[in-house]
Amino acid sequence: MKKLLLGDFAVARGAWEAGVKVAAAYPGTPSTEITEELARYDDVYSEWSPNEKVALEVGIGASIRGARSIVSMKHVGLNVACDPLFTASYTGVNGGLVIAVADDPSVFSSQNEQDTRLTAVSAQVPVLEPSDSMEAKEFTKLAFELSERYDTPVILRITTRVAHSQSLVELEERQEQPLRAYEKDIKKYVMMPANARVKHAVVEERMKKLSQDSESFAINRIEEGSKELGIICSGGVYQYVKEALPEASVLKLGMVYPLPFELIRKFAGSVKRCIVAEELAPHIETLVKAAGISVEGKNIFPRCGEFTANLIRECVLGKKVEAVPADVPARPPVLCAGCPHRGVFYVLSKLKLNVLGDIGCYTLGAVPPLGSMDAVVCMGASVGMAIGFDKADPEAHKHSVAVIGDSTFIHSGITGLVDAVYNKAKITVIILDNRTTGMTGHQNHPATGKTIKNEPTYELDLAEVCRAVGVPNVRTVDPGNLAETEAAVREELAKDEVSVIIAKKPCVLLTKKLYTGFRINDKCKKCKACLKLGCPAIVNGKNGITIDVSLCTECGLCKSVCKFGAIDGEVK
Amino acid sequence: MDILIVGVGGQGTLLASRVLGKYALEEGFDVKLSEVHGMAQRGGSVMTYVRIGQKIASPIIDEGCADLILAFEKLEALRYAHYLKKGGAILYSTQEIMPMPVVTGAAEYPQGIEAKLPGTGVDALGLALKAGNAKAANSVMLGALCKKMNFDRDKFEGALLSCIPQKTMEMNKKAFELGYAAV
Repeated sequence: MKKLLLGDFAVARGAWEAGVKVAAAYPGTPSTEITEELARYDDVYSEWSPNEKVALEVGIGASIRGARSIVSMKHVGLNVACDPLFTASYTGVNGGLVIAVADDPSVFSSQNEQDTRLTAVSAQVPVLEPSDSMEAKEFTKLAFELSERYDTPVILRITTRVAHSQSLVELEERQEQPLRAYEKDIKKYVMMPANARVKHAVVEERMKKLSQDSESFAINRIEEGSKELGIICSGGVYQYVKEALPEASVLKLGMVYPLPFELIRKFAGSVKRCIVAEELAPHIETLVKAAGISVEGKNIFPRCGEFTANLIRECVLGKKVEAVPADVPARPPVLCAGCPHRGVFYVLSKLKLNVLGDIGCYTLGAVPPLGSMDAVVCMGASVGMAIGFDKADPEAHKHSVAVIGDSTFIHSGITGLVDAVYNKAKITVIILDNRTTGMTGHQNHPATGKTIKNEPTYELDLAEVCRAVGVPNVRTVDPGNLAETEAAVREELAKDEVSVIIAKKPCVLLTKKLYTGFRINDKCKKCKACLKLGCPAIVNGKNGITIDVSLCTECGLCKSVCKFGAIDGEVK
Repeated sequence: MDILIVGVGGQGTLLASRVLGKYALEEGFDVKLSEVHGMAQRGGSVMTYVRIGQKIASPIIDEGCADLILAFEKLEALRYAHYLKKGGAILYSTQEIMPMPVVTGAAEYPQGIEAKLPGTGVDALGLALKAGNAKAANSVMLGALCKKMNFDRDKFEGALLSCIPQKTMEMNKKAFELGYAAV
């Protein structure tokens, strides 16, 4: 049966067909839907882990015990999981272990544009790269086979365009994999120096063998075309190449690390002009050149951003499509109308505080007019950065706060808080507790009290966690109440201790209500106080200040900042 | 056929692309869809690609290559108008949603957009409110698209109704009908 499937869903389907038993992940665009989909299968154990490191460790444990397991994350999530990854490369596997990693060229929803293939080279782990949903499914299955055959974790690298595109997939049945026998093997699984030294040599041999064997892998294939032009490519770029250069010869690499150098040499020698087309880093190009094969690459292609068929035509053939975009105002993403974070950022902006931020929807607190964000680096960094501010400047704690989401706090904010207490920092941390993992599309986490399958479980109490690590001042506020929120922030800033304010209100998108929306009446003095909220539903247009009823969620923040009673509507 | 669907995050461009994909598949074509999730969905400018044909390679549509742009907001129609190929058309909602730079006064919402757009405008918001709620605007646009492209109405409407929750079924049916009649 053929079905239109999202690339992420196809990875999930491939894992299921391959008999996967354990799936773990922390949500991250564009990888989230892999594990969301796997959670629908009853014969697979799935979990949202608190972070990618734990997820990979769960996968490693399941693999050692003999089950096929898959761990999914976005590119920056792999940074968090690097510690187990680099050594799992040494231990190898028992049941197949596949790590699905989604890169984000053009940075649609990330904090950087790093290239997972480079991490894989450092970790000495093979990488498969599918170019559409059908391959996403097939390569996932192959990844499990290779993992077991070569005793290595395998990375399945996808990019946003493969993860979030839908194309046709031929569905097959699940091949049940019996749990493999487990035998205690200290030399294989206990990575202390004496064993690790031996294992490193094994890893180098494994990658050499895999490189040689991959010369004849069907997923590395030559599509013969013109002898004038040959393109070496993989993944989503292959589709753009087929679109832009239908005449060219193509070497499509299904495995992008390690590489089949003899196949590449043969291909490069068979065409007059040989070009490596790859997004982001010159990964293939560098390795190919180091093997003494002459190719073009980043001399004509950009290192930043995703490719398109037009870009390939332009870079290779010099043919530019003349399409001039209209000069129009930008439309950056913003905090939704009714977003519970808005109240906090309004207060922080009003008090002109320095805000050390974190990763989530609330990063959008940086967008004008709120503009209340000073630095955002990675998951959990807000707490550590606030400590750094405090230690560098003894006065900083009076005018700076860290803000971090509930899910992000659990991911990697808790250890920062331990540091703050242990090393007597004077910071104030605001946990923006919207009761979900918002940005990635509302996944459960340990503090929602629900598993990935929505089954009830122990509900982590954030306030108790903070008290347990020794935070002397912990309080909870309703960010919809501006006066209460402002008072709490002022009071905690005045203290020379660690404070945590939990701003607790569910994400507005969790309530799937239909709203009629508030209205502005004729008492409006056009003072524009409401515009400072940066609410997308409040519009200052040619008809004066109005509320866009298609966006308004009746949160009432505008009512609380309006001094003239000019807004009609009841907060329910 | 290459259809670009553009709008403001949260307006339902994803639903529209999935309905189109479902319909095209039923008609026996190869289909590729490309979507944007995550950060870009939070009220930002979003685009979704729908490519329908005998055999589709790239899931994305390049500038100067779209046969049709379905725009859920007028400014977004103009923003992406250069994706149209020569002779292509835009079916757009006349709804205006102010982007943050306009809300803050850093920029102005462009005037006279209609005159610059080769295509048809639909009062999707007005018709959606008539159907019951502003949220049904995407169904209005899909109704209009169905008529404009001469799609098989029963099949296309069926594809839409299979993608939405039961409780909003009547409202979306009405919205589709109003959109169908509007072009």
